[in-house]
Formats: sequence, C-alpha cells, structure tokens
Amino acid sequence: MTKSVMIVGVGGQGSLLASKLLGRLLMDEGFDVKVSEVHGMSQRGGSVVTYVRYGEKVYSPIITEGQADIIISFEKLEAARYAPFLKKDGKIIVNTQQIDPMPVIIGAAQYPDNVLDELSRKGVSVEALDALQLAEKAGSSKAVNIVLMGKAAKYFGIDYNKWIKAIENTVAERFVEMNKIAFDLGYNS
Amino acid sequence: MKKLMIGNAAVAQGLHDGGLGVVSSYPGTPSTEITEFLAKFDDLYSEWAPNEKVACEVAFGASLAGARSACAMKHVGLNVAADPLFTLSYTGVNGGMVICVADDPAMHSSQNEQDSRHYAIASKVPMLEPADSQEAYDFSKAAFELSEKFDTPVLLRMCTRIAHSQSVVETSEAIPPVLKDYEKNPAKYIMMPGNAIKRHPIVEDRTAALAEYANDCPFNTVSYNSDEIGIITSGCSYLYVKEVLGDDVSILKIGMPNPLPDKLILEFASKVKTLYVIEELDPIIENHVKALGIKVIGKDLFSMLGEFSQNVIAKAFNKGEVYSVSADSAIPPRPPMMCAGCPHRGMFYTLSKNKITVMGDIGCYTLGAVAPLNALDSTLCMGASVSGLHGFNAAGREGSENKSVAVIGDSTFMHSGMTGLVNIAYNATNSTVIILDNSITGMTGHQQNPTTGFNIKGEVAAKVNLEALCKSLGINRVRVVDPYDLKACETAVKEELAANEPSVIISRRPCVLLKSVRTLPALKVDSDKCRSCKRCMGLGCPAISLKDGKAKIDNTLCVGCGVCKQLCAFDAIV
Repeated sequence: MTKSVMIVGVGGQGSLLASKLLGRLLMDEGFDVKVSEVHGMSQRGGSVVTYVRYGEKVYSPIITEGQADIIISFEKLEAARYAPFLKKDGKIIVNTQQIDPMPVIIGAAQYPDNVLDELSRKGVSVEALDALQLAEKAGSSKAVNIVLMGKAAKYFGIDYNKWIKAIENTVAERFVEMNKIAFDLGYNS
Repeated sequence: MKKLMIGNAAVAQGLHDGGLGVVSSYPGTPSTEITEFLAKFDDLYSEWAPNEKVACEVAFGASLAGARSACAMKHVGLNVAADPLFTLSYTGVNGGMVICVADDPAMHSSQNEQDSRHYAIASKVPMLEPADSQEAYDFSKAAFELSEKFDTPVLLRMCTRIAHSQSVVETSEAIPPVLKDYEKNPAKYIMMPGNAIKRHPIVEDRTAALAEYANDCPFNTVSYNSDEIGIITSGCSYLYVKEVLGDDVSILKIGMPNPLPDKLILEFASKVKTLYVIEELDPIIENHVKALGIKVIGKDLFSMLGEFSQNVIAKAFNKGEVYSVSADSAIPPRPPMMCAGCPHRGMFYTLSKNKITVMGDIGCYTLGAVAPLNALDSTLCMGASVSGLHGFNAAGREGSENKSVAVIGDSTFMHSGMTGLVNIAYNATNSTVIILDNSITGMTGHQQNPTTGFNIKGEVAAKVNLEALCKSLGINRVRVVDPYDLKACETAVKEELAANEPSVIISRRPCVLLKSVRTLPALKVDSDKCRSCKRCMGLGCPAISLKDGKAKIDNTLCVGCGVCKQLCAFDAIV
C-alpha cells in the first residue's frame, strides 16, 4: 500500500531539504520512493508543496485530494490550504508560524484566525507546535524543517537512530550537531 | 548502485554514461538541472549558451566534429531552436545528438502550455518520452545509439512531473566519450537547395524505417491483462493509469511518441473491446490512432488542459469517491512575489507611480505585474519587450514614445533582446529600453550568463559590457542607475522618456539572493512617528505589513535596502 506525505510551506522555508532527507531514509528502508518537487516561479515566496510517496511499488509522483496520510506544514495557512488533500483519518503536523501572503499584507484579504481549530472541529487530527521557537532554541531559525521532521518521525515506524543517521548523511557537516538538537526538540515535543 | 534522482539528474547521468562529449544549453524551467548536473562532470564540455538556437547549433557543430552532443531547453526554448532543428533533420549527425525538451503542462513556470511532440512530427525527428527517472536514464543513454543508427538528432521529451520528481535509478556502465572521425561531406552537411533536395527523400525513408523500428523497440511496451479495456498512454499519464487501474486493463505504453508504431497499435486495438488514449495536452497519439481507422476514446473524456493525476483517471473510470475536508474560512492565495530587497522593485515602483506603459519580458521581473505594483502591460516571450515596444511606438499613438518603456533582464537581453534594440536604433523609434541588470539569470535559479563574468563552472569568463554593447548597436543615450535610489530612477526615466532619440537605462544592482551580496541590517518602524499613510505598502515588499494600523517590518526578511525609507514622509523608518 502506497503511503503519501505532503510537505507544504512558503518558498524559502527549507522544505526541499526535508523531502530529500525523508526520501533517502525511506529508500534506505527498502521502499520504492517518489518525491515530487516544485522549482521555478512558484518558489519566489509563493506556496510550495512537495509530495513524498513510498511503498512496495509507487507509480504516480503526485498526491491529489483525499490521499495524503500526513501533511507536514511549515506554516498555518498552508496547512489549511492543503487540508483537502488529506485522506480520512489523516494527520496534519503544523508549525504555528504565521507568514502573511501579499494579498493579506496589502489588505486585499484577511489571514483567517482559527483555521487549525476549524479543521480539528471537523475531526482532523492536528498536531501543532511552535517549530520556529524550537529551531531557534537549537541554534538557527533555519532548522524549522528538521524540528518538524522530528515531530513527524514517530508516524513512520522507522528507528530513531536511522533518522539521526539520515540527518548526518543529508545536511552539511558543520550543521549536523545543531540539526540533531533540532530533531530531538521536535521528536520530544 | 541505486540512487534517488530527479528526472533531470537522471537525464544528465544517462547522457554522461552514454558517452556525451559536449552539452550547450540555455536555462529554462523545468529543464535547467539537466545541464547543471552535467556541468559537474569533468570528462565532458559544458556551457550556458546565450539562447537555445545557439545551444542547438553548438551541439550540431560538436556532432559534426564527431562528439556525442546534447542541448537542453524548455518547451518554448524549442521555438527558438526550431530553425536549426528542422534542417538538422536533413543533415543528420556524425556523433549522436540529443535535444532535450521539457514541457510544462499546467504552466507551473511558463507562459504557455505547448506540446513539443508537434515539433518531432513537423521536423521528422524521432522523439523519446520517459515516464520516470529510471527511464530518463535509460532513454537518454540509448538515445545516442538511436541517433547514430538512424543518422538523426533525437528529441528527448520531459515534462515537469518527470523532470522534477525523484525516483530510484539503477545506473549501468558508462561509455567513455569518443571523437569519431570527421570527413568533409558537402552533400550531407551543406544544405543549399541542390543538396537539400536530395536529403529530403532520405528523411522520408528514415522516418519509414524508424516507424518500422518502433513496432519492436525497447521504448514501446505492451501488457495484455484484459480483452475488455485497452489503454494507449505515455509519460506521466502512464503512471496515473497504472496507479488507478493497475493490472485490470491492457496497456500499450508509448516511450517513442514519434514516429508512432502503426503495427503495434493495430495489433493492440484488435485485442481489446474498448480502446482509450490517455495523454496530457494535445491529441497527438489519438489523432494518429484515428487516422489508422480505429475507434478510440480520448479527448472527449480527458482534457487538453493542464496536468492529469490519479484522480482524473479514477473519475473517468468511476473508481471511488474522493474524500475531502476543508477549513470554513476563506484561504487567501499566496502568489509568488519579488523578494524583500529585490533590485527590480525600485524601478517598478517608479514606473507604476508615473503610470508608464511597460512592455514586459520573461524572468523574475515578470512578477512586477502583480499587486500592488501592477507595473506591466504585456509579457509574450523572451525578447518581446524590446521589439514589442518598437511596434507599440511605431503604431503612432500620440505621446506613446514619452509614456512607454520596455523592461528586460540581463540574461534575456543577451538571449534575444539585442536584435530588438538594433531594430529600434535602425528603424528609429524614440523608444526607451530599461535593462534590469541583476548580474545573474534569476528565475531559473542563478545561472551565469555572458554579462556576469563567469562561466557555467564558476570560472572567470569574458564579460559583456552592456553600456558599450548598447552604444555599438546604435543607441547614443545609455545611462546606469541604482534601482535602490528612487530619485535617481525617477530622474532617469523622466529624462530618457523626454529625450528626442532612443535610449537605454541600465538599472543595475545584483540579485539580493546572490551569495556575494552583503545585505544591511533590517530597518525598523518607529510606531510613534508612523502616521499609517500606507505609502510604504505600495512597494509590495514582503517584509512590510500592517499591524494595528501601523507599518511593521519583519526583521527576518528585511535586508535593509532602504527603498521604503525613501518613501516615508515622516522619517518613521529607521
């Protein structure tokens, strides 16, 4: 059975590294893996989405409505934007950071107040955390991606040590220690 | 060894392992990474060319010299390279030659949704189309043999989902690059009428031979699972079909969309009751199947627009309901925008404020079109800002020459802006062209170009002097402004629009995302001084927002460019 994970956020938040880490880890676990990324224009501060799919044999590289087992969102509004992609009994892991999109900045639209509560009330399992604060605690606001992977790790049934090994293999050497701390902060939150 | 690779990396590895000697390309999403990955190999020659036509001709020259060669481009890039393509079909090759072209269904990063398979048919060149990274590797590697065996360039068609999806690749042994002998052969390589007319029948014979080969080639595969439903499909459509229908249907997977395998199609159609063709964009396979006299369901069920997905297939074959949950609140869109500190912003603010008609072009600066700047009037294709402005002014609308400009990036100007500027000088409209020189090819992810002073490997290279170039093309008035200086921008724009001859303004400041650019400390708003006039909000800077009625600057985004500070009449930004 193919599992589908979406990593969503705002261009520049580091979601590509998260999908790279996850993709490699899953491949090393013996799964067939497909990771679909976004490049080009939409990266410029726009809404970005990466699809990670794994299983015995994966065909489609993309995820469509009602299919995601897990959505890992780097930002609140983006979690709500992609919620329709969630399957029944799927889970959202979300960083509570708020980044205003341009229509909100210029006053043409409103940033909704309680989107996560709205989703929870509809029975969606939402796990929210302030990943930015945890990342800063680990040493860099850029480690939000690894904090979130730490939070999501327990839903993949993969041994903790293998995650740590995957971090060592994916991030630049001088950032390994900081990212391990970030991972632990997410993992234990 | 098994490795997770994006499709473009797999193409690069496949071309390399197939013995590639020379690659020349112009960047364009979703094709760029092919050449970026190839640039990492030291046993082949790689370069960024100024445009796709040049790239394709470089690959031709390398092939003529006996090397296996390649070029890569996005779908609209093939329009630019179409001129060499059509006659390359006549000359054929010496060393194998592969032209990689990446389509962008759904227009993730493009100005149109054209289907490059039309080019393969029109130029009578074989085309391969992989459906995942493994095939991208295998087909790219095999393309050289196909090219040399049939004496033709080979088109390799990618699409966004294949190009930018990672999947597992197992590589095979690499063939080291060799240089075949070069012998002068005017009848084959000098395409003047007397020679070309003798090459045309060779092209037709080759197409017939390729069509025969297509019936029994490794690129097209058949799996018979059902005599009820048969599906002919290709590329990522194949993946969606397999995902939803698995082994419940018979499938003819087309890996070589040109020429199509008539015998194989006829045989496949004869073995199933109902035949479908599922292909993204245009009905290329479908029309071919219909021309063979076969009844088929295609575009009457599947759209010509955008991308497909497993849901599209599931819906067409009534496979289950789609569950969907959503928040009650309206979710505001998050469109892409120019970065905080983007050097284009100051110039666009100036143009927007003065209500100038702006002929736009292709690059990050196309984002000048979005609110609140709303600065652009048109965007067509690479270079069209400059030539389009000349036409706009030539139409003779009163005051047009004093109220309209073209904006074009440094890389796009090198690509195809220069010829338009020559036309302005030569045919003398009083036009004003603004070159937005941010010292890099920005939108595609920071590739070097002839104006940056560096080559694809980051080594120091000859650097085009834009001022001298524009002057030598016949423009006497050429001036440089810093787009962070709003007053200087306004003065330059007003003076050059008022001038009685054509002019060029070079708006010069490097892209703020370049590693070599040192940013300044973030600015702050003194909320006691802020009078909520919202003038700074007119810049559309992502770092500035409104909090409790007052402007607020996000210190994680602000790079201290100071453009907003120049706008504040109350000295509230410090």
